[in-house]
Amino acid sequence: MPGVGVCAVSAAQWRRAMKSGGGTLGTTLPHRALALPTEPDPYADSNAPGWLKFLWRNLSPRHVFIGLFLLVFPFIATPFFTFQVATQSLVLGMVALSLSFLAGFGGMVSLAQMTVAGIAGYALAVLGHSSSPEISLAWVWWVAVPFAIVIAVACAALIGWLSVRTEGIYTIMITLAIGVAFYYLVLQNYSIFNGFQGLRELKPPTVFGVYWRDPLPFYFLCLFWALASYFLVRYIVSAPFGIALQGIRDNPRRMEALGFNVVAHRVAAYTLSGLIAAMAGILLAWYNALMSPGSVGAGWQINILVIAVLGGVGHPIGAFIGAIIFVLLQTFAVDMIDRERFNLVIGSVFLAIVLFSPDGLLGLWAKLRLRFGANQAITSTTRRQA
Amino acid sequence: MKSTKKIWVRSIMGAAAAAALVGSVWAQQGPVKIGLLATLEGPFAAGGADGMRGAELAVKQRNATVAGRRIDIIKGSSDAQPDVAVNAVRKLVEQDKVDIMVGPLSGGEGIAVKDYSKTQPNITFINGGSGAQATTLVSTSPNFFRFNTEGAQWMVGLGTAALAKGYKRTMIIAEDYSFPYSQVQGFMAEYCRMGGKVPQKAWVPLGGKDYSSVIAKIPKDVDALLVILGGADAVNFLNQYEAAGGDKPIMGGSITVSQDVLNYRGKRRDSLVGTLSAGPYADSYNGAEWQAFVADYQKNYPVSAGGYPSPSLFAYVYYVNMKAALDGLAAVNGDLSGGQAKYREALSKLVLKTPNGDVRLDANRQAIGTTFVTEVVKDAQGNLSTKVNSKVDNVAQSLGMSAADFKIGSRDVPACP
Repeated sequence: MPGVGVCAVSAAQWRRAMKSGGGTLGTTLPHRALALPTEPDPYADSNAPGWLKFLWRNLSPRHVFIGLFLLVFPFIATPFFTFQVATQSLVLGMVALSLSFLAGFGGMVSLAQMTVAGIAGYALAVLGHSSSPEISLAWVWWVAVPFAIVIAVACAALIGWLSVRTEGIYTIMITLAIGVAFYYLVLQNYSIFNGFQGLRELKPPTVFGVYWRDPLPFYFLCLFWALASYFLVRYIVSAPFGIALQGIRDNPRRMEALGFNVVAHRVAAYTLSGLIAAMAGILLAWYNALMSPGSVGAGWQINILVIAVLGGVGHPIGAFIGAIIFVLLQTFAVDMIDRERFNLVIGSVFLAIVLFSPDGLLGLWAKLRLRFGANQAITSTTRRQA
Repeated sequence: MKSTKKIWVRSIMGAAAAAALVGSVWAQQGPVKIGLLATLEGPFAAGGADGMRGAELAVKQRNATVAGRRIDIIKGSSDAQPDVAVNAVRKLVEQDKVDIMVGPLSGGEGIAVKDYSKTQPNITFINGGSGAQATTLVSTSPNFFRFNTEGAQWMVGLGTAALAKGYKRTMIIAEDYSFPYSQVQGFMAEYCRMGGKVPQKAWVPLGGKDYSSVIAKIPKDVDALLVILGGADAVNFLNQYEAAGGDKPIMGGSITVSQDVLNYRGKRRDSLVGTLSAGPYADSYNGAEWQAFVADYQKNYPVSAGGYPSPSLFAYVYYVNMKAALDGLAAVNGDLSGGQAKYREALSKLVLKTPNGDVRLDANRQAIGTTFVTEVVKDAQGNLSTKVNSKVDNVAQSLGMSAADFKIGSRDVPACP
């Protein structure tokens, strides 16, 4: 249906542009025309600072509640929960978010997001300090970390540039192939990646007198970057670039005809998602304190897809919800059933969620609200505009 | 409704408070929780399950009670990846609050868990099956103990036996990771010292299928091949070596000459007779304690219930390590107070009675124990089995070298071309 809408409006635009003598088409992009008429701003004549007005307009009690919970959580939970469950969920959620952004808003399912994270982690291990002084260059962290991220983002752009030439299942295949190739590279290369054993003792630095791998500081470090990437994605998908990307997802040929450079937009989307994955990769390396081929193997590539699908691809918050479910299951399924069979529980839960709600947990939530909630205007969550 | 709810809440809170009080008083006499980690997933899933059996056997032999305290085992699983192993151990230690941790199974995991153990100084970590040398040599942890000998120690004696058979030049074909490095070092340290030569080493990827390029490289003038490959890889290699017309005698690493190799059905089957290998145990060893251990294993885990005909390497090493954990606990009469200082003291001094003789620990809390050199023989029915060729006692991690001479084995260390 939205496709029809776009078609109608842009045709009207086109006619108007023709009447007015042309030249205005560039400034009246289709998405501008689509923007809903906004309500008059009730705070227009108040003289409060702009950011306060922005917050007041956009915050709901739900946001405040979740925000407070995230801040208070590490003080009420055990260090184990803070570190292993919450922090791991945040980091894996970031990698899944990068995939969710690509798949949900760009229509490109890339299995190489864990590879990008792994490249960042390995780059950090090689440039910074590790247990293998003959390999690691021992740069200080504030040089090593940005360089590692730049390397990973460059690789993400390269991966994107390679895989945008394909569509659908072929994108999945080529990114899987890239990921597996990287796995075998680090497994069998000893001069840089130290092969099967990988590089150990990757510790975050001690800055401002805080050792950043202690559960509490590390939690807030991960929370900060997870929130930053979440809001980055939220901002991007409603910015002109994100709207164009969604247009390309829905109909690349039409967008091309409208003058958008489809390949450039897609590569840019890969690069941006690579940035998020790279930051997660640095945090993951610090979390595990090691980088070994197992962390970038095919199993983890698929796990990231599972996390994104669990939460619901196309919902930025879904990546984190999926990650929480995934980590909780990974950690505690072993207590629920015969120890030798706990993977069965994990698999059944995943299967049930995907079976009953193709849009993940968030889709399930929306469905339940539709069925049992009070009468309300039906709004599509996936196509919501700015 | 409301009042019942209130009563519920109150009684639960009361019970919790009472439990907390009683708990603090009786903590000393409560059960001892032992975390047990093995690989129940991934490439070593079968070995991990047998490791669990070995550890459980040690607990059963004490009726799950030591010095009046019940022993509770809480199991965890990994897939032989170090990050997964550390996550599982962290859950057992920080969430399930185990007092003693036994595990993990493979080398990379062992090093990672050793690193983690430094952050938990009040918990005692005892190795499960992992055999990486570095675990107890490089940046050692004061609360990580290993009562099994490791990869290099397991090969001591093989060099002597090889020279006795007249193998003066040997080519090595081994998988490319830390455990085979240790095994190669254990062999070469002795073999090179006694005049043997290793002109060539071929490092192949783990799980490789095609060995034709390696077989083509085998020099004509070597007397024997030392093949350090895991089960399926070893059989693949033997098949291809036979197809290529190879006829050199073969020696095997500690995990090479297993049942699947002995059940090998190719034409070269008969030439396997006389194959030497070495390891921490020998199926056919006739020591009374070993025979009793095997009988006990077979009784508790018959083949019909998923056990092996004879305990595997992992069952044996997990048994030894779990037995050490329990014997140490008995030595201090179940007293784990004071951050387990007394318990660790007792473990360091423990002379552990294992099915293969006494094991003591060195200054790095690494076992000094016995190694067997075995030889494949053919019995009257034509079945292949192993017999003990020789037995070396008191094998230490330094392999008889001084601390200054000793270097951890790697692809290029040691060398004697």
